[in-house]
Amino acid sequence: MAVAAAVARGHDPNLIGLDAVHDGPAPKRIVTGYGFWIFLLSDMVMFSCFFAAYAVLLGQTAGGPGGAELFNLRNVALETACLLASSFTCGMASIAAEVRSHLWFQIAMAVTCILGLAFLSIEFHEFADLVARGAGPSRSAFLSAFFTLVGCHGLHVSGGTLWLLTMMAQVFAKGFRADIQRRFLCFALFWHALDIIWVAVFSVVYLLGSAA
Amino acid sequence: MSEVELHQADLAPGDEEGVGVKFRVLGYLTGLALAVLLTATSFFVAGTDLVWQPSIPVAIIVLAIAQMGVHLVFFLHITTGSDNTNNVMALAFGLLIVFLVIGGSLWIMANLNHNMMPMDQLMQMQR
Repeated sequence: MAVAAAVARGHDPNLIGLDAVHDGPAPKRIVTGYGFWIFLLSDMVMFSCFFAAYAVLLGQTAGGPGGAELFNLRNVALETACLLASSFTCGMASIAAEVRSHLWFQIAMAVTCILGLAFLSIEFHEFADLVARGAGPSRSAFLSAFFTLVGCHGLHVSGGTLWLLTMMAQVFAKGFRADIQRRFLCFALFWHALDIIWVAVFSVVYLLGSAA
Repeated sequence: MSEVELHQADLAPGDEEGVGVKFRVLGYLTGLALAVLLTATSFFVAGTDLVWQPSIPVAIIVLAIAQMGVHLVFFLHITTGSDNTNNVMALAFGLLIVFLVIGGSLWIMANLNHNMMPMDQLMQMQR
């Protein structure tokens, strides 16, 4: 089919010479994935607001501690490694779902889940430590913005972990049906997008915060 | 329409064109290697004295943007192919809003800060 289409197109891969030729609605998988992609972009717009607030309030420490005294880069490196590795294993789960291998799918998802939980536990300990040292979200505008931004990402990861467990259960109970595959496509997009946001978080908040 | 399919199928974001499992694993591995390299560089740059200090924030931001690009291409499979146009256009619009929000906020707030009377003078006037 692809060959026939290529022959029909000739040397016009981008369909520039063709008027709108429609052969029915797009497959459901494309519609679902595209819709979820739009949602993810709107989520990134929401995060950009938190980033803007953080950047504006960066200097407003109200005499309290700043980023350089508070952040522990070793923890951040560990968190980054967990999330990056989990993004990779999530990709492996995508491949396993496509070739319909139950065993590899469950293994890859279990590893993704463990890495996600490790990330969350490191972050939780970091937050608990900050609050214990008197640098909670109510200490200064800078810390409020910090907890909102990083905490919002942490909430997304928590939600993602619940979704991950749901996907494992659904694939186990219902198999690789088309609708389950679509849900998994959305989950994988969500998980990879979280990692992109984390790249911005560790660069802007932690690395710039302790370099400055 | 004719029985020949004239329309090129679109691709859902996250989907790859039909390639073998080995090739796909290799794609994810490439992405992982590049991402690890960029992350390690950024952490190294943040803590080193070997680089000219004022260039460090710029370097960190450039490395972060490069890494986001790596994630988009190798993990989310958002590419410049003709079957991916809709996804890229949506991404471009999202990026426009993101830059407007962040750049606009920083610009306006820096301007207000600059125009505001220093705090001690403000206190004087309120007496």
